[in-house]
Order: sequence, then C-alpha cells, then structure tokens
Amino acid sequence: MAHYIVGTVKTAAGEVPKVSTALTAKDVFGSWLARWGVNRMHYGVPPGLYCVGDANPESPVVVSANYKMSFDVLRKNLAGLAAWILVIDTRGINVWCAAGKGTFGTDEIVGRLAEVDLAKVVSHRTIIVPQLGAPGVAAHEVSKRSGFAVVYGPVRASDLPAFLAAGLQAASAMRRVNFTFRDRIVLTPIELVGVLKPAVVIGLGLVVLQALGFDVLSLAVIYPYIGAVLVGCVVAPALLPWLPGRAFSLKGWLAGAVWTVVVAAIDNLYLPELSGWRNILIYFLTVPPLAAFLTLNFTGCSTYTSFSGVKKETALSLPLLGCSFLTGVVLLLAGLPGIW
Amino acid sequence: MGLRYLSGVVSLSIEQDKCRGCGRCTEVCPHGVFAMKGDKVSIIDRDACMECGACAKNCPFAAISVNPGVGCAYKVIMSALFGEKRSCGCS
Ligand code: SF4
Ligand code: SF4
Repeated sequence: MAHYIVGTVKTAAGEVPKVSTALTAKDVFGSWLARWGVNRMHYGVPPGLYCVGDANPESPVVVSANYKMSFDVLRKNLAGLAAWILVIDTRGINVWCAAGKGTFGTDEIVGRLAEVDLAKVVSHRTIIVPQLGAPGVAAHEVSKRSGFAVVYGPVRASDLPAFLAAGLQAASAMRRVNFTFRDRIVLTPIELVGVLKPAVVIGLGLVVLQALGFDVLSLAVIYPYIGAVLVGCVVAPALLPWLPGRAFSLKGWLAGAVWTVVVAAIDNLYLPELSGWRNILIYFLTVPPLAAFLTLNFTGCSTYTSFSGVKKETALSLPLLGCSFLTGVVLLLAGLPGIW
Repeated sequence: MGLRYLSGVVSLSIEQDKCRGCGRCTEVCPHGVFAMKGDKVSIIDRDACMECGACAKNCPFAAISVNPGVGCAYKVIMSALFGEKRSCGCS
C-alpha cells in the first residue's frame, strides 16, 4: 500500500482510501527528482476515489490529475478539511499539460465518475475541477452526461481552503495564472537536463575536431558557450520580466550579449592569446544566438505565450539566429590553429 | 506582473449575438481576457490570450472561437521539421 494512505472510510460504494495531508521526506525527494527529470513521466498515483479528513456525503469533491506532484500539493492544501479527491487518469501528467493533450478531459471525468460510483458516495451533485483543466473539459457536457455540475476551482491549490470557505467562489486573483520568479526557477532544472543530450553530441563532435587537428578541447574555448547555456536556461528565464522586449529570443539575445561583454573582458585580462577583435566578433556571432535559442525554448514552460505568437517569433528569429551562429562557427574553425 | 507576449497575433474571436452572458468564459480564462459588459461578454484584453482554448471549449453556446495550441517553440520547430504533432516534454 502506498505510504500516503492512512486508512479507509466506509461509503455506500465501498471503502475509500484516506490519504495523509502531511508530506513525507519521500514525497519531497520524489518531487525534487521529478524536477530534474528523473522518473518524471511515471510519477503517478493510481486513479480512483480518495479522501482526506472525515469525509462524509456532504463533503466537497475535488478532481485531480494522477501526477504525483499535483496530488501531493492538493492533499497538503486540504489539511484540516474533509473532502473527496477524484484522481483521474492523465497518464501521470499534470493538469495543465494533460488538459492541452486532452487526457484531462470530459470523457475521462465522466467515465471515472461512473467507475467510482460517486453518485452513491456523495449526496450533492457538484465537482470541483481545477481551472487549469478547463482547456480539456467542457463543463456543460460533463453535467449533461454525468449529472454532476462542474465548478472550476482556483488555479492554485493553496487557494482551495479560501475557495471552499467562500462557498465555491473564487476571487478574481485566484483565477489568474502568474509566472513568478519561483514558478520560473523550479522549471530551470528540466531546461538544463534538456540540453544534456545535444551537449553530449556536440562534445563528441569536438573530440572529432580535436582529433582532426583543431585545438577546440580547452576550457578557454568552451567556457563562453557553457555560460551561454546557463544564461539561456537559467539566467534569462529567472530575469524574464526585467529583460527588455517581449520576444523570448530578444530577451535571451540581450542577456547573451551582456555575457559576451563579460567574456571579452575575461579574455582580455586572463587569456590574452584569445583576445582581439576577431574573437570578440566570433563570440558576438555565436554566444548571444545560443542563449537566445535556449530562451526561446523556455516559451514551452511559460504560462502566457500563445501558439500564434510563438509561431511568429520562431519564424522571424530562428533564421537570423541560425545564420549568425553558423557564420561565427565558420570564422571560429577557420581561425583555429590546425590544418588551415 | 509585467509579462506580456507579442501583441496582435492571437486567433481569438467572439460572436456577440450568440453569447448568452452565462459568464463561464470569465471563470475559465486564466488571463482575464473577458469581462461582462451588461448581459454579454466582451474581450477586454485580447493580447493577454495564450490560446489555451478553455473559453471556446466551455462556452455552452459556441460563441467563442480560438485556434488552441501550445505556445512552445520546441514543439513549433519539431512539427515544422517533422510535419507531425510532436508532443513536447512538458510536465
Ligand atoms: S461562455 Fe459563451 S455564452 Fe457564456 S458568457 Fe462566455 S461567450 Fe457568453
Ligand atoms: S484561449 Fe484561454 S487565454 Fe485565451 S481567452 Fe480563451 S481562456 Fe483566455
């Protein structure tokens, strides 16, 4: 039995597992690993009905994705309350992404309501669906097909107690998605993990170049690009609201340009053999575009970019970034001591 | 929060005469795009729309249309390269 189950509650539709509202070290560590991409896609909770506290037929019903991290946040925020949690099968993916893919959707909710026989467990006919699930759920269809009215709950589980206390009313701030510093920072590890694979490929490419006689495998040559990766995956996302412009690629390019100035200064002071206008030009052609590209990829993590907007930005920026980067790489290889 | 994305790009539109003023769209929209004006709803902040599709999906009278999609560059690039609907690795 899963460690978060602390007992059972008898209902007219059978026994329902009762879950703890306190997270253990295991839950916290599991979330941390998932943020780094470890076991992230299989971090699930078995779908079905659960409860917290002394849930009775009048207690509210809250719907959750079966992503373990969402489920944990939900039960933690229900501490001290009595409620039912209907976990639907989203294949271990969080509400927002599952709603976009349609796995958090009308059919799954209607089917799961019937399977757990919720109509026998509770006397009321209302379910609270997280607002972020709305892109996948047609509330009016759920009520038509299941008899349960859908009320969209607040965006953040931490607002649930206030929402419940107010008689299922959400203040408008509870309905808004933010993208705070913390929201952005917790997403940066997965961005870094995302560049690991290409980094290995590029690393192998460098080994080949080295074997061919180009002197590329030195920290002095590589550190500007490691910095560009950190700028694009961590610094620019963290500083997003303060970087000028609206396009992610522009924000990332500017942050990368600042880093390039730092690199030029470092080289000038400590690596005189690498300083000089030619190298500064190469850095400007390669480092900011790399940072810009990685920042552009952060649109996928953001909570406010539209598909139409990203399509436009990508179509405009990618050719420019690509040309700049390739020109720089050609200049770089041509200038290295080696077979030329 | 001052985070705003590109302006004048989104595919959102509303047919006022179909709207019955139920308010569901104002409930589901995560970016405050709609507001009730009298007994109908209006778009008050169109550029804040992220095309999540929640409003169109939940309007019982099909008054709203939007081309829903994920604003993810990786996905845009992958589907341009491979011509298919690649799922992005988002969690
Ligand atoms: S959901 Fe549809 S009918 Fe209801 S207020 Fe919005 S547009 Fe009007
Ligand atoms: S598509 Fe989403 S963000 Fe845009 S108006 Fe509709 S609910 Fe709001």
